[in-house]
Amino acid sequence: MRKVAVVGAGMTKFARRALETPKELSYQASKAALDSAGMKLKDIDCVAHGSAPDAFDGIHQKGEYLADGCGGWNKPTMRVFVGGATGVHAIAHGWYHVASGLADTCLVVCEEKMSSAMPHAQAFFLTIFDAITERALGLNLIWIFALEMKRYMERYGYTKEDMALSAMKNKNQGLKHPASQFYGGNELTVEDILNSEVMASPVSRLDVSPVSDGAAAIVLASERTARRLTDKPVWIEGVGWCLDTAYWATRDLYYPRYTEIAARKAYKMAGIREPHKEINIAEPYDPFGYKQLHHMEGLLLSPKGKTVELLRDGHFDMDGNLPMCPSGGLLGVGNPIAAAGTLKLCELFWQLRGEAGERQVPGNPRLGVAQAWGDLMQVSSVVVMGINNA
Amino acid sequence: MDHKEFIRGGTALSEDEIKSGKIFVEEDALDCRYAWDTGVAIGRYLAELKKGKIIAKKTNCCDRIMIPPRMFCELCYRPSGAWTYVQDTGVVNTFSISNIYYDASRVPSGEPNPMPAVIEIDGASKGMGIMHLLGEVKPEDVKIGMKVKAVWKPESERTGSITDIEYFKPY
Ligand SMILES: [Zn+2]
Repeated sequence: MRKVAVVGAGMTKFARRALETPKELSYQASKAALDSAGMKLKDIDCVAHGSAPDAFDGIHQKGEYLADGCGGWNKPTMRVFVGGATGVHAIAHGWYHVASGLADTCLVVCEEKMSSAMPHAQAFFLTIFDAITERALGLNLIWIFALEMKRYMERYGYTKEDMALSAMKNKNQGLKHPASQFYGGNELTVEDILNSEVMASPVSRLDVSPVSDGAAAIVLASERTARRLTDKPVWIEGVGWCLDTAYWATRDLYYPRYTEIAARKAYKMAGIREPHKEINIAEPYDPFGYKQLHHMEGLLLSPKGKTVELLRDGHFDMDGNLPMCPSGGLLGVGNPIAAAGTLKLCELFWQLRGEAGERQVPGNPRLGVAQAWGDLMQVSSVVVMGINNA
Repeated sequence: MDHKEFIRGGTALSEDEIKSGKIFVEEDALDCRYAWDTGVAIGRYLAELKKGKIIAKKTNCCDRIMIPPRMFCELCYRPSGAWTYVQDTGVVNTFSISNIYYDASRVPSGEPNPMPAVIEIDGASKGMGIMHLLGEVKPEDVKIGMKVKAVWKPESERTGSITDIEYFKPY
């Protein structure tokens, strides 16, 4: 396998409802990523793009529809889709193209436009469940995440306030991200979150990331090309992914086993033995406050059942031992499904190069991990990125 | 260099811009209809539900009793074994009290809150559960570990569907 570097990143602002079409969003993010790498589309050998359920757009074969916005015409272009995990999975997918030697450069683009689904995108999630044994019960994603959150809290005795604290951390951090749909807004308190409308207990409205439109992109290059383009390449050190059973009610929801399996693969490739000591920045997938804590355990970055304690001790703060979601994550920036995972890769790229501005993690972080989660709450994709270790 | 330069587009629309007609919107309502064949394993599962029974399937390879039943063990990738009835009772593994329906519309006040739960079915392998709804219990009385029993629709109203069980109630 050849070494692969990230040489550029770009994204759109995230918005509840954006003026631009999915193609236009994809173009904006891709062009920004190319510009940041000092590249033109003609320098790109292939395109890996990702977008979540076609049902949001009401456009079947959305990959084909999006391809020109992603710069994909007249090139090998492939769409990947693993629900919410798509945004990190697409990078692993793009990585293969370059690591294998098939391509020297790859543009990775993820896009989502959820606002087209009327009256609310949540209704369209009904169609991801088993058509015969589950749909008739009228369930949605909020319901099953509520079931998982309840199981997780019960297992370790975590409280609603613990979970609200986790959500608050990201919501307030997101105010500092220029792409956030809440940029420059007001900080929330734990009480604001606890007092927000209960959607499906224990999930309250502010425990959840918003519905969003947006796109994000990164550019991958082989070692030789990367060194020609930049003196600060960020290396993809490891990738891993894992799909657990879709009989989601038959596995214990308290622990994301699929995340651990994916993380172990990525750490092994990266030569990481003690992730909690070696990783400097974590961007776990955080559609809900509880979920980023759940994922920190699966990523082996926090001992099972001790994560709230570490959170309360400031271990995951910007100046803590392991800053968690310095981007503000899905909760703080927005959750255009596939693009939200790629937001995390953009963040690692900017953080590791010291270009994250107001959100810059102190102490010259060298190694970061990003993770996303999706499908029927049973798939995880993990990417480890690092700088200065050529 | 600062990353702000590479954040472009994503122009937020306001409610006013949409309602005033300043932004052009093309609307459509799809009417997609499907008829899913229920297959070998789930077909039998539904036929048994219609009779007021829950059926599972054993594996020959790894000693599991699987619900919902499957024609193959997905872990060992071998054909599954004998059909076997399990109980219509179980234990609440986790639950929620919902104020929303599937489309995020709110439950009107006075209407019952849906109470989805994962129920580990007695007689199936440990941890093997299905999602269903709880009923005949006050929301504040629901607990993880609570023993529940299926409440069946009257035989004449059963159609061979997961909703032939109306809900599970404590017993
Ligand atoms: Zn088996």
